[in-house]
Amino acid sequence: MSAQINIHNLKKSYGSFQVLHGIDLEIAQGEVVCVIGPSGSGKSTLIRCINRLESFDAESEIAVDGITVMPGRALAAVRAEVGMVFQSFNLFPHMTVLRNVMLAPMRVRRSNAKDAEARARVLLERVGISEQADKYPENLSGGQQQRVAIARALAMEPKVLLFDEPTSALDPEMVGEVLDVMKKLAGTGVTMVIVTHEMGFARQVADRVIFMDGGNVIEAGPPAEIFDNPKEERTRSFLHAVLDH
Amino acid sequence: MDLFSTFFNIPVLINSLPQLLSGLFVTVQIGITSIICGLIGGLFLAISRLYAPAFIQVLVRGYIDIFRSIPLLVLLIVVYYALPFVGVRLSPFFSAVTALTLVSAAYTAEIFRAGIEAIPHGQFEASAALGLSNRHTMVDVILPQAIRIVIPPLTNNCINVMKDTALASVVAMPDLLKQATQAQALSANPTPLIGAALIYLILLWPMVYVVARLEKRYSRGR
Ligand SMILES: Nc1ncnc2c1ncn2[C@@H]1O[C@H](COP(=O)(O)OP(=O)(O)OP(=O)(O)O)[C@@H](O)[C@H]1O
Ligand SMILES: [Mg+2]
Repeated sequence: MSAQINIHNLKKSYGSFQVLHGIDLEIAQGEVVCVIGPSGSGKSTLIRCINRLESFDAESEIAVDGITVMPGRALAAVRAEVGMVFQSFNLFPHMTVLRNVMLAPMRVRRSNAKDAEARARVLLERVGISEQADKYPENLSGGQQQRVAIARALAMEPKVLLFDEPTSALDPEMVGEVLDVMKKLAGTGVTMVIVTHEMGFARQVADRVIFMDGGNVIEAGPPAEIFDNPKEERTRSFLHAVLDH
Repeated sequence: MDLFSTFFNIPVLINSLPQLLSGLFVTVQIGITSIICGLIGGLFLAISRLYAPAFIQVLVRGYIDIFRSIPLLVLLIVVYYALPFVGVRLSPFFSAVTALTLVSAAYTAEIFRAGIEAIPHGQFEASAALGLSNRHTMVDVILPQAIRIVIPPLTNNCINVMKDTALASVVAMPDLLKQATQAQALSANPTPLIGAALIYLILLWPMVYVVARLEKRYSRGR
């Protein structure tokens, strides 16, 4: 069976500055992949190319679930299948938590309000914030907001979930509650690509860890291999630097 | 003749009141029609200016700059007195509404554009990532947030349109000002003009007050 996400020769530049240098990556259905690497190495750019929040070179190719990611009608189909959770939550501040979760299914999947609401309540329950359904995002803690953002992404029943440093904007005491939700998601069949600085989480949850540096994938493998026995010098020095703190 | 019976001649005022009120009705009609058309046109222009193909964006920018530069009175006279030479003959009412709308749309477009641009980029990204179409992104996510930002300047623009309706009197539109000058001529007394001025005040003062309140409220943050 072909991979769920197929990335072939992914190149991306901002002006004359090349950020991604021809990345090849295959991610299987249900796989949980954590992307680690120093700041500026292109981790965010890589996952933002998967749902084409960033454009990329014409010679590069990305396919999700067999659908080629390119502008136009196909892109809508890809984005409906690929959920994304941002570092800064990006909830819709003028809508209640419930409406935030209901919106996309109603507009994109054309669910009726009743079904969308029922499903939203189930999802809010699942991320542990059913009591907050009628509040506005600004009245929630950061951890709660991020869990709403996860529920909002799940409402589209995505096959793939992308996370860009989902806990980096959170106070330390709230990191755990978000990671717990993500742990529960891993192994439910949804493919997860997670950019993170939480090495403990990556080790525990990832099927595969990808280390990036300078716009290249330097090394990829099971967490035990990457964390305990990295082959590349750059991986070793990066891990040494982050794990020492 | 003392000052009071010259400027606040009650019998003259009562006499001219029906005429003034019919003028007020015309003024409000012109004003509201122009405001509504200007809002719709302005929103359309703002979205074109931001998202249309480059060449349309240039046209829209040209439109906005031209109609913010041209004096309204000049535009009105061109519409009413010059267009008939090329076969376009508009009634005084439509001349006034056309001129006011063209200008109001240009100002409104800039207000909407600023409002849309003030929405954080993350809102657009979150919408795109969910698969929302451009139309739904605008209607459900961006515009409801932008509206809060643009309400004070939009209300301000409405006040300006209402005031500028008085220019319609130069194209023989029987609006409030025109009726007042006619009543003044008829009664050989300026009281109807004072009456008209008071009616303008009564009409616009509450709107000015509302803008001040809104600005205070929105500048404090939501
Ligand atoms: N809009 C942009 N314009 C120009 N350069 C950009 C832009 N966005 C990112 N870059 C550059 O691209 C490179 C990769 O950025 P990216 O955000 O993908 O890194 P990252 O690995 O996610 O880093 P971090 O851990 O800090 O989030 C960086 O050098 C960054 O400065
Ligand atoms: Mg990043």
